[in-house]
Amino acid sequence: MSLIAKGILQGMAITAKNFIQSYYKKERLPTVQYPEEKSTVNQFTRNIPFLVYDGEDAIDGMRCTACKLCEKACPPQCIYIIKDTDENGKPIKRPEVFDIDSSVCMSCQLCVEVCPFESIRMDSEFELSNENRFEGLLINRDELLKSNEYYHEIHPIEAQDTDDRIAAKIAEAEAKKKAREEKARLAAEAKKADAVMKNAKVAAVTEALAAKAPAAEQIQESEAKTGVIKPEAAALGTTEKSATKAPPPEPVSKDDQASTPQTKESKAPGEDSEPKIF
Amino acid sequence: MSVAEAMPARSYNLSKDELGADILEVAMGPHHPSTHGVFRMDLKLDGETVVDLKPIFGYLHRNHEKLAEDIPYLGSMPFTDRLDYLCGMTNNWAFALSAEQLIEIEVPERAEYIRVICAELTRLVNHCLLVGFFINDLGALGTPLLYALREREKILDLFETLSGARMMVNYMRFGGVRCDLPDGWLQECERIVDQFPAFLDEYETLLNENEIVITRSQNVGVLTPEEATNFSITGPMLRASGVNYDIRKVDKYGIYDRFDFKVPIGAHGDCYDRFMLRMLEMRESVKILKQAMADIPEGPIMGNEPRVFKPDPQETYGRIESPKGELGFYLIADGTTNPYRYKVRPPSFVNLTALRHMCIGQKVADAVIILGSIDIVLGEVDR
Repeated sequence: MSLIAKGILQGMAITAKNFIQSYYKKERLPTVQYPEEKSTVNQFTRNIPFLVYDGEDAIDGMRCTACKLCEKACPPQCIYIIKDTDENGKPIKRPEVFDIDSSVCMSCQLCVEVCPFESIRMDSEFELSNENRFEGLLINRDELLKSNEYYHEIHPIEAQDTDDRIAAKIAEAEAKKKAREEKARLAAEAKKADAVMKNAKVAAVTEALAAKAPAAEQIQESEAKTGVIKPEAAALGTTEKSATKAPPPEPVSKDDQASTPQTKESKAPGEDSEPKIF
Repeated sequence: MSVAEAMPARSYNLSKDELGADILEVAMGPHHPSTHGVFRMDLKLDGETVVDLKPIFGYLHRNHEKLAEDIPYLGSMPFTDRLDYLCGMTNNWAFALSAEQLIEIEVPERAEYIRVICAELTRLVNHCLLVGFFINDLGALGTPLLYALREREKILDLFETLSGARMMVNYMRFGGVRCDLPDGWLQECERIVDQFPAFLDEYETLLNENEIVITRSQNVGVLTPEEATNFSITGPMLRASGVNYDIRKVDKYGIYDRFDFKVPIGAHGDCYDRFMLRMLEMRESVKILKQAMADIPEGPIMGNEPRVFKPDPQETYGRIESPKGELGFYLIADGTTNPYRYKVRPPSFVNLTALRHMCIGQKVADAVIILGSIDIVLGEVDR
């Protein structure tokens, strides 16, 4: 090996190329002088969680309902939540205390994934240094609350997705509500129809009972005399039952339910009449 | 009996009597720039020659395995990023693979491709760092390392766009990946991957024929194939010794059977071979990346898997070829939401066992580059 080595000279040429090009080529010198100039933060960056609120007021517009799912999902357990209560001591769907210990948080985003209310999201703030190493690093609810506009500013794509999702959810809930109202209306109508039928039924039953009443009295008398005619009585009972079943109820106004009320009818007279007879 | 006699010295010719010197004990580390973290080597030196070496670690022990027993399976995912903190993606994948065997779920096609892309990018990241620090250990302080870091940073930017974090990615999930590729990500990735071979060419011109690199690293820290297999060494270190063993080819986990790539093999098992093997592996990774990016299909990235699950009592072992070697996760399920036992098979830790054998008889300065060529990360060694 010669003393002036070819390999070393080759390497030095590369170094010189890099050095000279670093003055005019961006890819040769991608660094920035940090505290003075800052490179733009990637919009997908996540660092520490924050709570999103809608509208103007942070407390009223808070999306968080203190369901504590994030608290359970957090692997290093850095989230601490206490549910808020109103003046009567009744719990309301809002956190009174929502602390995140930023010295424990490991920015894993599992809390964001479990949140069903799209409330907790990741901030891209990275300058978190503080003079107080205990209280200073504990971020409380009011510091965590940030507006939806801020969320749109730091994560535009993700925030838009979230908004779309919330809008879809609201639309779905409204559709569901409408469907439920429609169902309730139908149910109310059905109930009305049912009530009419029931009245008719009760009338029929009372009529039948009125017809059988003297017979029942006779049985009771005979029982009191002899005390051993139970089989007869039972037999009578059955006959009575069949008798009560026998008169078909008057056909009431039937709109759209055809089958369900009829099955009820066939059962109902027997049930109704039993306690009355014995 | 003196210390020198008690030590089983290998190719150790000069006795302390001949030199007229006494054995010197040096605690190298835990705070030493060449030990790549809080690692300590207790060296016994006779002059400049290493007579004995005792690796001491545990300074970075974070209770990773026991901690995982107290949290649901998915809760351990962000902790796996912190094992080998340079290769978050492959750590995620190994754990996801193990848990997927446990609950027997299928991974969608697109997610498999994304996983391969991420894992191969991670390999580039890791090998970039390794070659940079290896040259740094040889005494070329700064400059070549910073060239390597500059390239790595581009890939870390890709990871940041994809997962939100540069290194602590927490990206893979059981049965897929967390989120789909953002718009334009693949194009950006393609651009960076296309530029990468140019960097490799430049780096090879810079160093491969460099006389100092050759003299310093050839025939230093030689490990024969038999020794390497006996030490259960895996990964590039094993292949540098001439053993053709790559889990991507052996297990064909994921979809690795679909890609056409070669496994570089070394011939001498010395530090130079290990360094060169990483350079060659980077070229192969670029090949895989190009194929994967050309073939990636559209589709779902994740099935509808539950976040918390209770697997039947059983045990699984899932392993992948991480940039450092065989990374495996051994899980025992007992029917609850948490694993009963969670064991990591870290490649760094197992590869470190050969350190003493390789260092004895070498110079102190060589001990540093031998350690550098093993490619350890203390987060993984200590867990």
